[in-house]
Amino acid sequence: MKKVVILGAGTAGTIMANKLAKMLDRKEWEIEVLDRNNIHYYQPGFLFIPFGIYSPKDVVKKKDAFIPRNVKFTVADILSIDAEENVVNLVGGEAIRYDILIVATGTVPTPSETPGLVGERWYKNIFDFYTFEGAVALHDYLKDFRGGKLVMTITELPYKCPIAPLEFVFLADAFFAKKGIRDKVEIIYTTPMSGAFTKPVATKMLSSVLEEKNITVVTDFYVEGVDEEKNIIRSYDGREVEFDGLVVVPVNLGEEFLASSGLVDDMNYVQVDKGTMQSVHKPNVFAIGDAANLPTSKAGSVAHFAADVLAENIVEYANGKAPSHQFDGHANCFIETGHGKGTLIDFDYTNEPLPGMYPLPGIGPMKLLGVTRLNHWGKLAFKLIYWEFLLKNRRLPVSSKFSLAGKKKV
Amino acid sequence: MAQKEYAGVMVDVNDEGYLENANQWTKEVAAAIAKENNLELTDKHYHVLDFLRERVAKGEALTIRSVGKSGVVDIKGFYELFPGAPLKLATKIAGVKKPLSCV
Ligand SMILES: Cc1cc2nc3c(=O)[nH]c(=O)nc-3n(C[C@H](O)[C@H](O)[C@H](O)COP(=O)(O)OP(=O)(O)OC[C@H]3O[C@@H](n4cnc5c(N)ncnc54)[C@H](O)[C@@H]3O)c2cc1C
Repeated sequence: MKKVVILGAGTAGTIMANKLAKMLDRKEWEIEVLDRNNIHYYQPGFLFIPFGIYSPKDVVKKKDAFIPRNVKFTVADILSIDAEENVVNLVGGEAIRYDILIVATGTVPTPSETPGLVGERWYKNIFDFYTFEGAVALHDYLKDFRGGKLVMTITELPYKCPIAPLEFVFLADAFFAKKGIRDKVEIIYTTPMSGAFTKPVATKMLSSVLEEKNITVVTDFYVEGVDEEKNIIRSYDGREVEFDGLVVVPVNLGEEFLASSGLVDDMNYVQVDKGTMQSVHKPNVFAIGDAANLPTSKAGSVAHFAADVLAENIVEYANGKAPSHQFDGHANCFIETGHGKGTLIDFDYTNEPLPGMYPLPGIGPMKLLGVTRLNHWGKLAFKLIYWEFLLKNRRLPVSSKFSLAGKKKV
Repeated sequence: MAQKEYAGVMVDVNDEGYLENANQWTKEVAAAIAKENNLELTDKHYHVLDFLRERVAKGEALTIRSVGKSGVVDIKGFYELFPGAPLKLATKIAGVKKPLSCV
């Protein structure tokens, strides 16, 4: 028997396991998925926990419930990849041989990369919401927040779900308004980019949302470190932003164990062809989801669309052919804007987010770059779609390929 | 596509003034773009620009961190060479695409 090994049973690894279980010739191919634990977090739900919209139990299920029966699921900590020998080494000393390897180990929020972030104040008045623990701790903090400066800061690019910190400040605005203390809270958003939005059309449409909500944006702010004593974040060019509460998107890095594999860039992302997702170093290695160095958003939607392409390529490779299917970088994200409304963006490697209707051209019902109630319901419905359709590879009425149909060139 | 003259050469630029074609770049073009941004280029600057161009030619994404870890210049030094928004400014002068975000 030949063997496909999938590293990681998060969004991307689980979808791939479900696809390949059906598509590969199972008399010839065995599939094994490895993950360090059996807890599947619905990460988009982490955004809602701080505001009490979701409770912790809304975002947790068991991983193995989503792995097909004829795929082996092993809970194990991966130690290293020996890409020369086609072997994955586990922490206990066991080695697993593969013919085809799919790396889907995601990206890791790494607050320790920023001096002063993880110390006395971590989870006291400094938080992330990119981890389950962070989101829950932040909920306790916000519950009792009486006013002051709440700063949302992005430390480094790329990070997963690029839109999440913006949604966070939009939801914070609504949260404090509801509590009747919005006038006592100053909300500040710092970004290393030259704007909260940078693509021209989205910037035009969405900047007014920030203004309307009275959220201060500090641009080109690259955090050098946090002064915990003074409650200040400082940028490399010497600017300072004071905070009472700090919410941070930590530096995101690929898994540490990949560093020694010879397959990654200097942020530990697997270097792949952006079309085929095949490693540029080893033909029998592929990467998908946040673990890959694809030049598009690190998002579940990307993993979902990319999986259609990668599954075809794996089947081709398994049959001795060169992978020929091309991923276009298709991504889409609902953006919560608060007060029961949301917006939606859809784009790929070459096309920026444009207004229009989605997924059916002209009909929608979702409105791209428009702020509507239905988009908010779309986002909330997504949890069910994620668990019931996406992970299990059931058909959804959306195409993995980006399309300009139904979109307006502005 | 818009064109602009730098150091006697016509180059293709996008709306934000970034070179569309890295092959049209020369050291003189770089010096002229730098001058427009009130910068006088030294060998140190060119050292960093070469690094950025090499990275981009290999199809790799640029971040301030990766520049800082490259051994070419540390982050503080990068800010001193290209004040304000170093990556934005340095990529413009290096004649490569501005590092992207999705929205
Ligand atoms: C707050 C927040 C909001 C988000 N909102 C959205 C949204 O609205 N829309 C959207 O599309 N996306 C959203 N995302 C992003 C989305 O969750 C991720 O992009 C997606 O989960 C990526 O899938 P992945 O399979 O690549 O990685 P993951 O789902 O993170 O899975 C990686 C897996 O690898 C395992 N692993 C890693 N290293 C090892 C090891 N050494 N040994 C064993 N196992 C290992 C991990 O345990 C994990 O199970 C959001 C993310 C966050 C944090």
